[in-house]
Amino acid sequence: MTAGTREALMSFPRRLAGAAADMSWGTRLSALIIILYGFAALFAPWIAPYGESEIVGPPFEPWSRTFLLGTDNLGRDMLTRLIYGIRNTIAISLVATLISFLVGVTLGLLSAISGGWVDAALSRVVDTLMAVPQLIFALLLLSVFGTSIPVLIAVITVIETTRVFRLSRALGMDVAAMDYIDVARMRGERTGWIIRREMLPNVAGTLVAEFGLRFCFVFLLISALSFMGLGIQPPTADLGSMVRDNASLITYGDITPLLPAAAIGFLTISVNFVADWYLKTTAKPDASA
Amino acid sequence: MNNIAWLITRRVTAGLAVLAVVSTLIFLTVSMLPGNFATEILGQDATPETVAALNRELGLDLPLHARFMEWVGGILQGDLGRSLANQRPVSEIIVPRLFNTLFLAVMAAAMAIPLALLLGLVSVLFRDTPADRILNLGTLSTVSFPEFFIAYLLIVLFAVKLRWLPSIANVSATDPLGVRFEKTLMPALVLSLVVVGHMMRMTRAAVLNLMEMPYIEMAVLKGASRWRVIVHHALANAWSPIITVIMFNLAYLVVGVVVVELIFVYPGLGQLMVDAVQVRDIPVIQACSLIFASTYILLNLGADLFALVTNPKLRRR
Repeated sequence: MTAGTREALMSFPRRLAGAAADMSWGTRLSALIIILYGFAALFAPWIAPYGESEIVGPPFEPWSRTFLLGTDNLGRDMLTRLIYGIRNTIAISLVATLISFLVGVTLGLLSAISGGWVDAALSRVVDTLMAVPQLIFALLLLSVFGTSIPVLIAVITVIETTRVFRLSRALGMDVAAMDYIDVARMRGERTGWIIRREMLPNVAGTLVAEFGLRFCFVFLLISALSFMGLGIQPPTADLGSMVRDNASLITYGDITPLLPAAAIGFLTISVNFVADWYLKTTAKPDASA
Repeated sequence: MNNIAWLITRRVTAGLAVLAVVSTLIFLTVSMLPGNFATEILGQDATPETVAALNRELGLDLPLHARFMEWVGGILQGDLGRSLANQRPVSEIIVPRLFNTLFLAVMAAAMAIPLALLLGLVSVLFRDTPADRILNLGTLSTVSFPEFFIAYLLIVLFAVKLRWLPSIANVSATDPLGVRFEKTLMPALVLSLVVVGHMMRMTRAAVLNLMEMPYIEMAVLKGASRWRVIVHHALANAWSPIITVIMFNLAYLVVGVVVVELIFVYPGLGQLMVDAVQVRDIPVIQACSLIFASTYILLNLGADLFALVTNPKLRRR
């Protein structure tokens, strides 16, 4: 990592703290919710009352002192599964989103600054991949390569990289037209240096907000795939398959299976709010300056 | 006029080219697997005879180009191969399910489009009031919560507590139309809730964009009521972006059916595909992907063409 990007990243918490003062209550609540999820994800083994796939009682126990949210279809503690589910789903989404940003931003900025056949070739490939509906693409690939966590991450990374590429190429195009890029070129800087030192700091603000939104999409996509039984495989806990496995409770009017589904929604809404706020307050002044 | 005809031809050619490439990709998925596909499916202890039989069934014993020509030729004649799971011709399995899926998607669209337009206009009319903010939060929620949350919530409400609607939408070809509507209502409702949020926001944005224009100010100054300004003056020019958004959302709808069909046990194409993925029934998966992808590509192409024809700004290039 170079000084320019490091500086941009270092100033990020300071700007965040400064801007937190003018957060609306909705945004503050969202930030709090995200922190709580992060806490649950990081310290799951210490918070959860039982082991991740430990069978602790008869199936479908109602809510009680010993099992705060009852037990699931195999007699595992529902609260424990919920906490581990949050941990696993967040971890996998985060890894997939990070890789797609790493690849997507690099290729997008490269495409923007190189132009010519590099840009044309990359753009055609991305256009074609984006023409296939995401879910169908994922189903097709998962059916061929089987369902394991590395395959899942790879498939989602391919899908997401196309979206990240589109955005960073568009952002990069604006920056690539600036005089300082020409100056850097005439100084004889290498393309990699220009991308890291000149382009990245100028598009970082928008990309951070986009990271939040893309994370939400990935989170929802993984949950949908797991719900179909094609995502994270048992006995690993995850939010989507928890809903599916316990759905029969719903027909008896028990809303416990809705909790993991709601957990997904609250996280995505909160991330949306914070990303929105970040884009409005932090990224805008950057863009106009 | 020559100019626009040329643009349309170019866009259509590009769309068809993408369709061709995507179908080739779908075809190639079978060959993409490292190692032998048949052994991978049948497991390590499969006898050489069964492996050879499966290879012959899939046509994997032929060279790649011959297989491709055969596959394309088959599709053009409506022959999509045979299902590995039950040996029935894929086209025979797919046709009734495709009809069910389209029925569901059309019903959802019929509910979602008017609702989205109305809510969009209402939120413009009451811009920056609590009503607008509530609508905003509502649409954000329908977009952020997974489809299965909304679906089960409606099941708890309408099927379990109120007992108005069935929680399972197992329509069959022999159901009279009324029963079919009743069974399809809940899945259609869920699907439309999922797309309404997006469509409403785009409608709101499209109309708001125009509200800044001088001719709107003129209409306000001459004393037209707010509703009249929005419906007669602003909406007239907002149709083009709105219809484009509707078409993009229809494309989404066709794909969005997958999860919803699964929840309501609705015998459509999406459920068929998920089942096929679970048992790796490749011919069925390929056929379903092909139908989903081509519908999606063609609807997007339609949206692009519509935008091109109605918006002169896009033609100048």
